[in-house]
Amino acid sequence: MRLQFILSEIGIGLRRNLSMTVAVILVTFISLTFVGAAGLLQIQVGKLKDDWYGKVEVSVFLCPAGSPNVQCADGEATPEQIDAIWALLDSPELAPEIQKPYFETKEEAFRSFQEYFEGQDWAQAITVDDMQASFRIKLKDPERYEIVADVLSGRPGVESVEDQRKIFDSLFLVLNRASVMTVGLAALMLVAATLLITVTIRLSALSRSRETGIMRLVGASNLFIQLPFMLEGAIAAGIGALLAGGGLWLGVKYLVTDWLAGQVDWVPLVGQSDVLLIAPLLLAIAVVLALVASVVTLRRYMKV
Amino acid sequence: MISLDNVSKVYARGARPALDSVSLEIERGEFVFVVGASGSGKSTFLRLVLREERPTSGTVTVAGKDLSTLSSWKVPALRRQIGAVFQDFRLLPNKTVFENVAFALQVIGKPKHHIMTVVPDVLEMVGLEGKEKRRPHELSGGEQQRVAIARAFVNRPPILLCDEPTGNLDPTTSLGIMRLLDRINRTGTTVVMATHDDEIVDQMRKRVLELATGELVRDQRRGVYGSQR
Repeated sequence: MRLQFILSEIGIGLRRNLSMTVAVILVTFISLTFVGAAGLLQIQVGKLKDDWYGKVEVSVFLCPAGSPNVQCADGEATPEQIDAIWALLDSPELAPEIQKPYFETKEEAFRSFQEYFEGQDWAQAITVDDMQASFRIKLKDPERYEIVADVLSGRPGVESVEDQRKIFDSLFLVLNRASVMTVGLAALMLVAATLLITVTIRLSALSRSRETGIMRLVGASNLFIQLPFMLEGAIAAGIGALLAGGGLWLGVKYLVTDWLAGQVDWVPLVGQSDVLLIAPLLLAIAVVLALVASVVTLRRYMKV
Repeated sequence: MISLDNVSKVYARGARPALDSVSLEIERGEFVFVVGASGSGKSTFLRLVLREERPTSGTVTVAGKDLSTLSSWKVPALRRQIGAVFQDFRLLPNKTVFENVAFALQVIGKPKHHIMTVVPDVLEMVGLEGKEKRRPHELSGGEQQRVAIARAFVNRPPILLCDEPTGNLDPTTSLGIMRLLDRINRTGTTVVMATHDDEIVDQMRKRVLELATGELVRDQRRGVYGSQR
């Protein structure tokens, strides 16, 4: 009886304020689409990091002959110095961090250089002695680059330590800024959504003041009087969230899975499963926001 | 059943009090008229009993509960003990007679089978059998007020408050409403009725409380409306 009664009250309220209900649905839909897009962007960044950082290495460049660098004033790195670095890589300090060290000699560096720039005239002028030997070190956790850099830089025979991750930094910076902007827009839209929910509930309460007046008079509990209004806001916002989830799902399917994945096959991309991960969060945001907005509104505008 | 102890109510700071140090006692099962000119404090008195307002000073006790210390979540339980009837009926225009009365039970969570048995009973009691499916606008004023009384009484509250229930009705119809209220009173219900209707008060010969500019100026057993009108 109670449930049926509350449900019918909600139905009446939603239909009576149809245009406001539609406005709430649309605004929450758009704002949560932004929130979801920001979330997907972050998931994408995470996927790229996982994939690319796994492939990148730390390069320890050894002193070549005739380097102008102060580190290399003693000339080319000697076999003893190279052995000392091998020993360091095996030391208990570094060994746990390292997955696989690999030593590239001058000759190997020269060969891959020639292969890479094959056919270019200027490349012919480079000789083996222009190249430098290096250690290529794959880390277990690419984020812990600093430890390796600290131990190895400044050692005799080491010219510089470089982290290939730096190459991606600017790309990630752009992606992160894009998500910040998206979240900012989403926040603004969510404010609009909250205000709209507030107004909708006020209107709804006003148009049913006769009913609620009688309910108060005959001793209906406050929760019983207010629940239909709170649920009204929550349902409208919830529909908006479902639409946002559906929109993101379609967007990812048509833009990413069906199209982008065909064009760009060398990076992992977000998929529909990631949308399924985000959609419940969007729904939770919408419902919580609507409930908070309605509780505040009802406290202010509905006398107990 | 209802007692006021030195109760004052001031709505706006500095304004004349709507009720000024009023003390009174209404026993269980009494029928009491509250009379007085407009603005004498009748409505404020009823609102205090319903705890729609809180007194500025003094204590109001209703059905054994001190309303000044009653926490707001217990107010609904208090109001289930009080039926209320108004001059303007306050019916829901889009609901039938039956639904209007049933509404009062639905919103306090009564089960359907209970509603299906008590609503026809109370409609018969107020003399509206056969009109369950009418809507308020299809009824006369007296019939509408009977629906309102049925709604107020369907939960069998020990107290029935009536704020000028005959104010919109002609004398003959008013008499019918008064007979109904008298019947309700005879079931043991305390009835408190604020009114302007001197004929009715003079005819009924019940206890009369007279308020004038917020003060209780008369408390008379088997009283009349009074000479100064």
